[in-house]
Amino acid sequence: MGEVLAALQPIFRDVLDDPNLQINRGSNAATVRGWDSLAHINLISAIEQEFSVRFALGELEELKNVGDMIDLIERKLAAK
Amino acid sequence: MRIADVSVKLFLHNQKAWRREFRSRDDLIDVRVAVLAGSTANEVMDFIELLLLDQGIRPVFYLSDYDKYFEEAVLDPAKLIAFRPNIVYIHTSSHNIQGTLPLEGSDADLNAHIAAESGRFASIWSSLDEKMESMIIQNNFELPPFRLLGNFDAVSPAGRVRFINSLNDRFAHEASTRRKLFLNDLHAIAARIGCKQFHDARRWFSYKIFTTPEASLAIAKSVAAIISGIYGRSRKCLVLDLDNTLWGGIIGDDGPDKIKIGRDTALGEAYSAFQEYCLQLRNRGVLLAACSKNSEQVARQGFEHPDSILQFHHFSSFKANWEPKHENIKKIADELNIGLDSLVFVDDNPAERELVSAQLPMVAVPDVGSEVTDFISALEEGHYFEPIGLSKEDLSRASQYESNAQRAILQSKFESYDAYLESLAMTGEIAPFKQIYLERITQLVNKTNQFNLTARRYTIAEIERIASDPAYITLYGRLADKFGDNGLVSVIIALKNRHQLHIDLWLMSCRVLKRGMELAMLDSLVAECRQHGITEIYGYYMATGKNMLVAEHYACLGFEHAGESDRGSLWKLRLPEKYVTRNKHIKELVNG
Repeated sequence: MGEVLAALQPIFRDVLDDPNLQINRGSNAATVRGWDSLAHINLISAIEQEFSVRFALGELEELKNVGDMIDLIERKLAAK
Repeated sequence: MRIADVSVKLFLHNQKAWRREFRSRDDLIDVRVAVLAGSTANEVMDFIELLLLDQGIRPVFYLSDYDKYFEEAVLDPAKLIAFRPNIVYIHTSSHNIQGTLPLEGSDADLNAHIAAESGRFASIWSSLDEKMESMIIQNNFELPPFRLLGNFDAVSPAGRVRFINSLNDRFAHEASTRRKLFLNDLHAIAARIGCKQFHDARRWFSYKIFTTPEASLAIAKSVAAIISGIYGRSRKCLVLDLDNTLWGGIIGDDGPDKIKIGRDTALGEAYSAFQEYCLQLRNRGVLLAACSKNSEQVARQGFEHPDSILQFHHFSSFKANWEPKHENIKKIADELNIGLDSLVFVDDNPAERELVSAQLPMVAVPDVGSEVTDFISALEEGHYFEPIGLSKEDLSRASQYESNAQRAILQSKFESYDAYLESLAMTGEIAPFKQIYLERITQLVNKTNQFNLTARRYTIAEIERIASDPAYITLYGRLADKFGDNGLVSVIIALKNRHQLHIDLWLMSCRVLKRGMELAMLDSLVAECRQHGITEIYGYYMATGKNMLVAEHYACLGFEHAGESDRGSLWKLRLPEKYVTRNKHIKELVNG
């Protein structure tokens, strides 16, 4: 499992309050229980805090699944 | 770990788990909170919920449709009315201000614009006042994220900064004249965080949340503090360490002339400033207590220093000895007759803080660090002593506790307790609720825990309704003695049911324990019963974990145990033909 995915796993479990949740690159709001629009806001905030990154408005709109998130986070971390 | 101290990051991670854990506790009171929002409010509400749960309050929320705060309060309030809120929180911001002035606008145009906007909000408050009994918490306005006219924005009638400053002034005036309206000072919250860390345009355009998560948490802390204050959960006493907390240095080692206090050094000035802050807290009703590892004689010398702002007599309780601090803090709470959850402890030593916080989790122990210059801001961040107004009792509270100390000295000189009570020359006033006392009654109802038979809580609106409802018999009691006026100290609320009277609430401030005031209250209650043709009085004792003190209250007054009910144990007093009054020591009892 990639480093970023491994770091995302506990964030998703905590924020969505599901200790058994397993996410992968394909996971999205439709397939993960509890991932509604309000949980999405909390996920984004928690991810930004965790990785000390900040997503731009346009980038936020492009995040359709966990894979998109991982790619974006990796791009942000590489640019640091 | 206290919820109030955790970071946004921890909050985001753990809020769902914490909520599950907290909501299942059984010592919570339910408060119905309607949020009328001009933006997406869920994040702020999540934070408020956890902060309140931590204070023993379980909020039940109602959230208006997005940006329908005006409509649901004024035009179509049926849903809101049906929710029966105890609190309505109007979460609006500068984003909700309607209209702007053209650059050529005059002062007259500005005033008209202010009148229109404040009028729009006033119609919300008036509508809520008319339709429900709730308390209202209203945000004022933060400065906008940009200043079109730069510094001149605060000067020009067309400037947004000037407009918001003027509108906030108007809101302050409204909040000071409307009793059920409380202001949440968004302007100050944003200023403390800094406007740049407060606004988040990205989240505004994405989710219609106008704040950063940090700002949402700061807003939630402020609102939770106001709600806690309304329900009497504000803290009452600041417990202070001495060495390196109230002065620089160790008085036992350095000697009273070497401690750092006063104008001679920067460090001394900083300690003076902190002492001044503590004294100002005391002057507005927060009790001070000292808790220090020292001999009392040595510790007191610190306050005899010519530059000391605090004096020994400013402390309502003074513990300087070699016992562990948590033991002393328990004694302070006992001595002042307040709960451990009313205390805030400040000590520069992290080891002492950790000990107290582990041994006494109810005591608030802010991480003040070890620098005196950080103490005040740590206390401010905690919102511990949030007042919901300033009553006469608040302003004289500390001196009342001083009189208590004098009474204790007097007591030790008398042969019998009766002789002591007689010597106090007590006078009382007991009568049905009067308009001027309703605020004080509400305050007492919501913060009295020990001498409180049922611990039922009421909002000011409920108290107002009960005061004018002929189905109820209400009594308040005031007590004075030769050392001073204790003010309004006892309350009874009882509901009539033909020839029966059911006592919903009987409470008394612990500062007048063992003075015979409860006997005088019973005498007056019986007199009221006679007038209303009541022959049986029923009392209830509902154990809350804090009111053990009055478990035998009704038995002591001669009530018979009449079984258990869903409102606790039931006690009955059948009024005899000829009732002999019980009160012996309280004279010049004014009734009605």
